[in-house]
Amino acid sequence: MKFLVCISNVPDTTTKITFTPDNKEFNKAGVQFVINPWDEYALTRAIELKEANAGSTVTVLNVGEADTEPNIRKALAIGADDAIRVNAAPKDAFFVAEQIAAIAKEGAYDVILMGKESIDYNGFQVHGMVGELLGVPTVAPAMKLDMSGNTATLEREIEGGKEIVQVNTPFVASCQQPMCEPRIPNMRGIMTARTKPLKVVPATGNAARTQVNEYALPPKKQGVKLIDAANAGELIKLLRNEAKVI
Amino acid sequence: MSVLVVVECDKGEVKKSSLEVATYGAQLAAQLGTSATAIAVGEATDASLAKLGEQGITKVLYDKEPRLKDFVNNAYTKLIATAAQQEDAKAIVLANSNIGASVGSRLSIRLQASLATNVVELPKTDGGQFTVKRGAFSGKAFSDVALNGERKIIAVKKNSIEAQHEAGKTAEVVAFSAQLSDADFADAPKQVVMQDQAGGILLPEAERVVSGGRGMKGPENWHLIEDLAKALHAATACSKPVSDVDWRPHHEHVGQTGITVSPNLYIACGISGAIQHLAGVNSSKVIVVINKDPEAPFFKAADYGIVGDVFDVLPKLTAAVKELG
Repeated sequence: MKFLVCISNVPDTTTKITFTPDNKEFNKAGVQFVINPWDEYALTRAIELKEANAGSTVTVLNVGEADTEPNIRKALAIGADDAIRVNAAPKDAFFVAEQIAAIAKEGAYDVILMGKESIDYNGFQVHGMVGELLGVPTVAPAMKLDMSGNTATLEREIEGGKEIVQVNTPFVASCQQPMCEPRIPNMRGIMTARTKPLKVVPATGNAARTQVNEYALPPKKQGVKLIDAANAGELIKLLRNEAKVI
Repeated sequence: MSVLVVVECDKGEVKKSSLEVATYGAQLAAQLGTSATAIAVGEATDASLAKLGEQGITKVLYDKEPRLKDFVNNAYTKLIATAAQQEDAKAIVLANSNIGASVGSRLSIRLQASLATNVVELPKTDGGQFTVKRGAFSGKAFSDVALNGERKIIAVKKNSIEAQHEAGKTAEVVAFSAQLSDADFADAPKQVVMQDQAGGILLPEAERVVSGGRGMKGPENWHLIEDLAKALHAATACSKPVSDVDWRPHHEHVGQTGITVSPNLYIACGISGAIQHLAGVNSSKVIVVINKDPEAPFFKAADYGIVGDVFDVLPKLTAAVKELG
């Protein structure tokens, strides 16, 4: 079984978001980048399934420039076998999906996993685009993934519940908790990751279908209005008469 | 040229988020000088679909194929793509739900369309560009995005537009068939398992949410959260540490890596307000924080606050709501 796990490089979840003075780009200065938390579920589950199925391999794929390599190495340290970096700055979800689909097709991967979305651009788009480009089923978002031969059984989150879905390989799934407990690399993994193959390939095509014109921060809050705990019921009157939300 | 609105239905009724999407689609159609047609998915009655006229929809296409009752990604994609082609839809509007995002992303490839998810406002269509405002960085920012393709697909964030109700207006419900084959249902769910929702209110659709954190001290105290939620007709939620220790189920976890919500009212009880939690709730219209620690960072993001013990404050709030009747 060949697993392809797509990871993106995102600002640490505690990052205070700021933009360049023209508001055209995210301000990376002083920001630590991590593997997208949703992608960690995909990566760990792929490694768990590899360990349970002898002869399987896990390849990590990132679309990004050279500054993403520390996190690619981290994914290798967690247990992936090799990695591919498409050497390009991601333009939009369509651009990224085209790169992933091209790699997936060329490598004839059986299972293509990624996080539900990235915590920076929050697109929740790439999985479906890759599935459609490859002409294979997509399951999104998946909370559980088990494999038996070439058949996968997944739990897919729906509003108010879950669906049990079975698909045959190849397929694409976007992952979220509680799929597994994400792993952190140990020292042995970090040492072996240094020698694992990391192939850098050029992007295919140059297409994007969307373009960010400008970023903006939400308007600042007016400040909190405090109500005395001894008179807590007053809050309910304010919510009805002032805020008009009940 | 028309606007096609994808309307999700459940148990015979149109979902609240789809009423918002229908309103958005009708307003977009008016902006573009055209009409809005809906395609219904899920289980609907003709009467509930006809009521979409109240949101400004003129015609509703409905395929009564029984296997479309539950979400089937491939079949839904084909159904909506067929309707879009029949109606010559240049804009397709969906809810930013698990269904909307799953289908929208596949449709964008099939129809060679530009896709924007998490959209919070009507598009700007002046100056030769078609741009939408969408949430980014887990609710910590917004971006204005130009959709360059000839066709546009827009997934509208829940609670970002108020559904209109123009009483008495009805839409024409028209039978529709996308000629779906057995192969289109290959990824149909084998089983659908519904989980208990407090008060029967789905968290992603809720207008009001009462949420608890570690300050609740244990699952045995959650009745205080549930009592207030019931009185307010609100959904219940929790912070990540609470779901991590299994006090509450995962589907109640709101935050950056949980469910993102944008209700009219979010009441946080015993939640300190880590930046990852704020990211999932900060687009709520009004935030109330109850915490005994006056230095809790959540107070900086709140509109109203009570510095006090949740075990003392929550029963008082529940009683006050009941007094309102």
